[in-house]
Amino acid sequence: MARPSQWETLLASAGRYAVSYGILIVLGAVFMLPLLWMLSVSVQDAEGVFAQPFQWVPEHPRWENFRDAVTVFPFGRYLANTAIITAAVVLFTLLSSSLVAYGFSRMRFHGRDLLFAICLSTMMLPGQVTMIPLYVAYARLGWIDTWYPLIVPALFGSPFYIFLLRQFFLTIPREYDEAALLDGAGKLRIYWSIILPLARPALATVALFSFVGTWNDFFGPLIYINTPEKATLTLGLQMLKAQIVGTGTVQWHILMAASLLVMVPNVIVFFLAQKHFIRGLQMGGLRG
Amino acid sequence: MNPRTRTSRTMTLLRRDAAGYAFIAPWLLGFLLLTAGPMAVSVYLSGTSWTMLSSPFPVGLSNYSAILSDDPLFVTSLLNTLYYVAFAVPLGLLISLSLALLLHQRVKGIGVFRTLFFLPSITNLVAISMLWLWIFNPEYGLLNGILSLAGIRGPLWLQSEAWAKPSLILMSLWGVGGTMMVFLAALQGIPEELYEAANLDGAGRFRRFLHITLPMISPAMLFNLTMGIIGSFQVFTQAYVMTGTAQPGSEGGPNNATLFVVLYLYKKAFQEFRMGYASALAWILFALILAVTLLQLRMAKRWVHYEAGEQ
Repeated sequence: MARPSQWETLLASAGRYAVSYGILIVLGAVFMLPLLWMLSVSVQDAEGVFAQPFQWVPEHPRWENFRDAVTVFPFGRYLANTAIITAAVVLFTLLSSSLVAYGFSRMRFHGRDLLFAICLSTMMLPGQVTMIPLYVAYARLGWIDTWYPLIVPALFGSPFYIFLLRQFFLTIPREYDEAALLDGAGKLRIYWSIILPLARPALATVALFSFVGTWNDFFGPLIYINTPEKATLTLGLQMLKAQIVGTGTVQWHILMAASLLVMVPNVIVFFLAQKHFIRGLQMGGLRG
Repeated sequence: MNPRTRTSRTMTLLRRDAAGYAFIAPWLLGFLLLTAGPMAVSVYLSGTSWTMLSSPFPVGLSNYSAILSDDPLFVTSLLNTLYYVAFAVPLGLLISLSLALLLHQRVKGIGVFRTLFFLPSITNLVAISMLWLWIFNPEYGLLNGILSLAGIRGPLWLQSEAWAKPSLILMSLWGVGGTMMVFLAALQGIPEELYEAANLDGAGRFRRFLHITLPMISPAMLFNLTMGIIGSFQVFTQAYVMTGTAQPGSEGGPNNATLFVVLYLYKKAFQEFRMGYASALAWILFALILAVTLLQLRMAKRWVHYEAGEQ
């Protein structure tokens, strides 16, 4: 067999390079198209939305739509509500899940492995099974139309985060614990001043997942919140849409602008913490 | 061992146990109050007819028999859900794996593309639903606009009984970024030596893919498949937000084409307040998910490859 000359190899690899780039650019454009279109619709005027053919870049982009979007529904209020709920959930989740993960990874006690297996198996249970009794219980407590049902469960840790943190804690050498023990530190002290600081990357991943999960949650607010003033962004957006479909008082370009604004915090957090996101997905995926 | 040391040993063990249980107490308490307790109550409620108005009236298994033999809407919702799972899961796996393979190349600027494909999956599902609701608009939407460039008159998408489910499936494919990342991590974990050895043996691209890449990423495939099935069986938000008219109770249209099991359960529980019936629905859904997952894990033994020494 004749060996390909250096030129031929170079040409072949350059060709492959071009094909790879070509496919990536086409697919990247396909994936970005909906978002670009969303941006375009959100700066149209009321007629531009229905113009045929559609003008991707309007002559006079109406950036005021974003201002209108935050006044047509109480965006600031929903943003604040969502931020408070999310902050509480993330804080409580970090504390409770890390405490439990420490117990499962560093303490020895009877029934530990069985309990951990039970903890993992509850991840399989679809939320619909417990949803109705929980709703009834919260109703008895007078918690319907309050934020308690959205926040309080975070105090009890979440199996997936407990699992992620436990796996990470297991990789922290025991020598650190033992050295602290010799210095007279108790278990709680070791947890707080040795393990938690060393586990910062894993905690960041958990914080991020918990942030995104709570920020994007729709089902919880939908069933527990009735008063519009107490709604979160997702529920508020749904109510705004219902207003459009029902009465036609709000227009599509305003709804698109509002939807875009609701997405912005996700995108910011994503860019700030991309690394942690990917790490978390991979930790979950590879071990699961 | 004299009795004294034995007691003190027991004491130490007890103290050790107490400390351990103190640390896991949040979860243990949560398990009892938020999982085990509600599960028991749910079993009880599923055997009653209860609308939250009077006290629960026991009806035995009649909720279950009514759902399984005498509820055409449940059958519709079940078939809709199976349709959604059967298309959204395999297509999602195919596309996310293809994207991961594309991204698993050492070319400049690959990080930008990774971000592009991943971004939609972490944005807000309700906001995304608004966007796609307008994309699917038959007259002014992006999709039919593009199709009309090719001279094709697009369908009515969400407003058409035949196209409503394919619309939601299409939209779900836009959010495969997370699945893609899991595949990408698996691809990056394959040792280079395996490919080099295969090269020496004269294996072509296709054979390398078939005999090295696929077996090596099979655990990631199993993970994504399992998560995909469980998640797709519980599809709710898109259908609730995007379908039906403004009339409460019309979600899941047109003509119940997007009435999925969880949406049906939601309507029974929170629009009709038939809590007993809805609890029975929840257990049937759970049994279904469990059965499919277990069957799938059983079959996985035949195709998932685990390296020796790894568990």
